[in-house]
Amino acid sequence: MRTVAETTIPELPLGERGGPAQPLISARGLIKHFPVKGSGFLQPKKVVRAVDGVDFDILKGETLGVVGESGCGKSTTARLLMQLIIPDQGDILFDGETVGGALPLAQYRRQVQMVFQDSYASLNPRLTIEESIAFAPRVHGVPQAKAIARAHDLLHRVGLEPVRFAGRYPHELSGGQRQRVNIARALALEPRLVILDEAVSALDKSVEAQVLNLLLDLKRDFGLTYLFISHDLNVVRFMCDRVMVMYLGKVAEVGTREAIYENTKHPYSAALLASMPKMDPAERTEEPPLSGDPPNPIDPPSGCRFHTRCSMAEGVCSATPPPLAVVSSEQRAACLMSVPGSGHSHAPKPAAELMEA
Amino acid sequence: MNEEQTVIDIRDLSVTFHRGRKPVKAVNGVSLSVEAGEVVALLGESGSGKSVTMRSLLRLHPKGTDVTGSMTVSGRDVMGLSTRELGQLRGATVSMVFQEPRLALDPVYTIGQQIEETIMRHEKVSRQAASERALALFQKVRIPSPERRLKNYPHEMSGGMLQRSMIAMALACNPKVLLADEPTTALDATVQIQILLLIRELQKEYGLSVIFVTHDIGVAAEVADRIAVMYAGRIVEEGRVGDIIRDPKHPYTKGLLGARVELAHGRDRLVTIPGSPPDLAAMPPGCAFAPRCGQASDICLRDVPPLKPIGETGNIACIQYA
Repeated sequence: MRTVAETTIPELPLGERGGPAQPLISARGLIKHFPVKGSGFLQPKKVVRAVDGVDFDILKGETLGVVGESGCGKSTTARLLMQLIIPDQGDILFDGETVGGALPLAQYRRQVQMVFQDSYASLNPRLTIEESIAFAPRVHGVPQAKAIARAHDLLHRVGLEPVRFAGRYPHELSGGQRQRVNIARALALEPRLVILDEAVSALDKSVEAQVLNLLLDLKRDFGLTYLFISHDLNVVRFMCDRVMVMYLGKVAEVGTREAIYENTKHPYSAALLASMPKMDPAERTEEPPLSGDPPNPIDPPSGCRFHTRCSMAEGVCSATPPPLAVVSSEQRAACLMSVPGSGHSHAPKPAAELMEA
Repeated sequence: MNEEQTVIDIRDLSVTFHRGRKPVKAVNGVSLSVEAGEVVALLGESGSGKSVTMRSLLRLHPKGTDVTGSMTVSGRDVMGLSTRELGQLRGATVSMVFQEPRLALDPVYTIGQQIEETIMRHEKVSRQAASERALALFQKVRIPSPERRLKNYPHEMSGGMLQRSMIAMALACNPKVLLADEPTTALDATVQIQILLLIRELQKEYGLSVIFVTHDIGVAAEVADRIAVMYAGRIVEEGRVGDIIRDPKHPYTKGLLGARVELAHGRDRLVTIPGSPPDLAAMPPGCAFAPRCGQASDICLRDVPPLKPIGETGNIACIQYA
């Protein structure tokens, strides 16, 4: 049996540059507003503030989870990272180099690949799966025979026997098998970052578990870094080293898995966690942790965007947008309760006052 | 009314679709009864036949589908009803909440009009009286500013609001039975728990019998009194919700509960069920789960195990317990 490593393609050099401490991705001040159709004629132009000032790092070799309700900007963030859409403002640094600046877009795109939720819609129905997997390497100049050989290796690696599956079309596969093909295709260019946007959400539970195991194995074997977007907090807890919670286009909280799941500092993260079904019919949830739907991102609430649904909200929350404050070496939270001297009654006292007392 | 009264009784239901080249037997000998005021979750993966079983109760299958067996709902034989009688059953005695409210509601009428139409279809009341009832229903399902919301079209409402509207419409004619087909699958977790609590509350208040189709054990644990686990068109295990979750017996149920990611903290890999469900157009002769089962023997590959009682309240289809 040949392994993938033996057929590594010399035409596609790998690009470790910044050293292990340099984050693989640094997103700085990302903003993306979408214009609302039909607005702007004899009335003010409206925009959907899909991503509204987001900063984060993805460290080398980690899995960063992104969670939040629909409309919080998690998928838009992924698409901005992929450069499928261009940010209105903000920069993306890949291993220390500005994407589109020092690092040309074509070189960047080869190192960042994405797997989408809809396994059928993301494959070309008129290409066999080996052609789909070999397509991108061919575009990047790998000879046909070599690209196909590598596609077979990758199929083998994701658990699909090339002899049986290589010549099939997407409609001849089950959902789980198609998602394996999508994962193989994402790996064909030897990327360093793989963005998984709800990649297992459409799968049945028993198939989901198989694909999650596969993703863990591939990460270890290929030295990958993952950005793992999901609405399923249990899956995120299993997969991720660090977790970023988003709410209405902003980061609410970010930190290590332990910090977020066991010691959250943001009422929104706490409510999200409390909304998970309990798996114990003797201890059922009695009160919904949050009421209502997320507000409209066209006209988000003033101050802290969560204050309209927050049980801890005070007057100051509707006036002052909270900064993403450092609460410990492994956790940052955008909540005035974590900002010393913010005026919230639960906020820690500023250092100066403590000194006087 | 007798508490123990059986409202839904399905006996040996089989459903076969003739659409492709080969006939597909989606439901294969399912028997299930639901008592008054009871919530039963039908749990299974895609293709297990859970939705098909539920839709059979309203005879919602396309023409040319073979349906055999017997079904009674509050004493009426569903298989023997005429088209006119079916029309009286649907929405009045038995109503349904769908997974995708956006597809189930009519986009060109306001929500209020659609609820009024439902009421006037089944009862001789004026539009005025119907619209008052619609308002009361919207208050019941706790939609904020209900007067204004009744005048909304479906595209003007969020997913959670639409699902609340669907529940209001389902309850419009005081049904005895509510069929819920994955009603929270398309919703965010924060909204899902709100809808689950609402269904639980209304079920108690109206004394509804509910069949709740879901693929999510966590959701079943939040709403159901009993769980029936389906695999490849058959019920493989059935019992009280606490028994199924704390002490699953069938290898498939064990596998489903064991594959949950919550159990894997700190562990390297998830315990998984190998393989994938069988092709319904080419079913294996014996137990449908046998090819994926670690404990399968020769008998399993040959004979279909019958659903037999186990303990005081449960049933299981596995020869280990026969």
